[in-house]
Amino acid sequence: MNKKPIYLDYHATTPLDPRVLEKMIPVFTENFGNAGSRNHAFGWEAEKAVDHARNQVAALIGASEKEIIFTSGATESDNLAILGVAEMYKEKGRHIITCVSEHKAVLDPCKHLESLGYNVTWLGVDKQGLINLEELKAAITDQTILVSIMHANNEVGTINPVAEIGRICKERGVLFHTDAVQSVGRIPVDVEKMGIDLLSMSAHKIYGPKGIGALYVRRRNPRVRLSPLVYGGGQERGMRSGTLNVPGIVGFGEACELAQKEMASEAERLKGLRDKLWKLLSAELDEIYLNGHPTEGLPGNLNVSFAYVEGEALMMGIKNLAVSSGSACTSASLEPSHVLRAMDVREDLAHTSIRFGLGRFTTEEDVLEAARSTIREVKRLRDMSPLYEMFKEGIDMNSVQWTGH
Amino acid sequence: MAYTDKVIDHYENPRNVGSLPKADPNVGTGVVGAPECGDVMKLQIRVNDSGVIEDAKFKTFGCGSAIASSSLATEWLKGKTVDQALEIKNTQIVEELSLPPVKIHCSVLAEDAIKAAITDYKNKIAEKA
Repeated sequence: MNKKPIYLDYHATTPLDPRVLEKMIPVFTENFGNAGSRNHAFGWEAEKAVDHARNQVAALIGASEKEIIFTSGATESDNLAILGVAEMYKEKGRHIITCVSEHKAVLDPCKHLESLGYNVTWLGVDKQGLINLEELKAAITDQTILVSIMHANNEVGTINPVAEIGRICKERGVLFHTDAVQSVGRIPVDVEKMGIDLLSMSAHKIYGPKGIGALYVRRRNPRVRLSPLVYGGGQERGMRSGTLNVPGIVGFGEACELAQKEMASEAERLKGLRDKLWKLLSAELDEIYLNGHPTEGLPGNLNVSFAYVEGEALMMGIKNLAVSSGSACTSASLEPSHVLRAMDVREDLAHTSIRFGLGRFTTEEDVLEAARSTIREVKRLRDMSPLYEMFKEGIDMNSVQWTGH
Repeated sequence: MAYTDKVIDHYENPRNVGSLPKADPNVGTGVVGAPECGDVMKLQIRVNDSGVIEDAKFKTFGCGSAIASSSLATEWLKGKTVDQALEIKNTQIVEELSLPPVKIHCSVLAEDAIKAAITDYKNKIAEKA
């Protein structure tokens, strides 16, 4: 294949913005110092660059630069927040509340804590992907030390009411961590207004480099303490040892500054393109369903189930588009998306979902092409789908005796 | 996931897509799989009076390998007698399409669909007699 596909998988990762790369290059070659070298100009230069970037990152989420702990990425940030709080506050209590539609980087450390004897409450979500605040309130006990609820979901884009969650946690004296990987840089995030105590973020989702992320750790009201996962030189206030990834940090900082400047106009443009894509698809295709929230969603996210067409087969047909699917066949586990199942999306529809992720470099022409090829392939595959044939004949699928395997 | 050229060829140019009249006494229909499992195959055969499968059609909801397995099955069925058709094994489909281990269930489903269609046809014959 000569021509590269159109990239519509911006929730998975994003290309580095050339403006970010420009800032990073000298840090690899000229200003290559170790930010921990206190005795010469190379170290001072590196430290200055890190300080500047720390301010840029903090500014994007309304934090102080002292509250930013650089990590290798959001998976590490999530692990550090959850395992670090669990260890530090284990005398206070051993109960954690999270949600079934979280990213695996939150689910798995929580499962690990369960195996260590902690209690974990797994909140469900509604059909739009939102948690229920009353259920959250009811789940908090005097043993609860942490609530970890994501800001925006990576598959369906649903945005949880984090400010409400923050208020509830504050009232009950429980720490609140949010995985904000998908929301930071795309929609406004303010740790003060939202009452967030710990927040995970990642550079490569916002046109920065891979391998760098951060954990925001509140310093005041309350001061959050964490046990480290990585021991060593005591960098990052002792919470994350290891020589700082200075080029990554510089790129991350620049990416945050660009995101802050361009977020409002970019969000509006992406919302327009996303709505256009949905309109084009639904004008030509019957039996398609939106997965996610009709209003509380990320601007560039469109997750659609194309009934009677299996997701992996569809992706094979639209190979000019780089998208992802909630279909079981595309995952190593052969299970359909845990997020769609948590949202009680009908299991047959979970197999037919495609996630379109639009971003900074998506053009209107890309969206038109995406709509054209998706419509063409869905029609072609429906012509060979026994289920679509049954649907057209008016057969109730629930009345059929299937021979599951 | 990388597909073999044969799978891609069947996916892009599926053979014998379509439907035969279900009520026809010479037509056997097999529908196997389940929507919530992510694959459903419908396979139909038309058998002439000398017991030879003269036509085969399929429709499949499933991944590319499932589509390719059923498309290949219809190709192999044509011209075979019903008894010869019963000898088609899923392993032959796996081999022909070079299916990876995670896709073996697609070939199993295709074999099941062949058997189901033949059973349906035989039931019809038995009812007539």
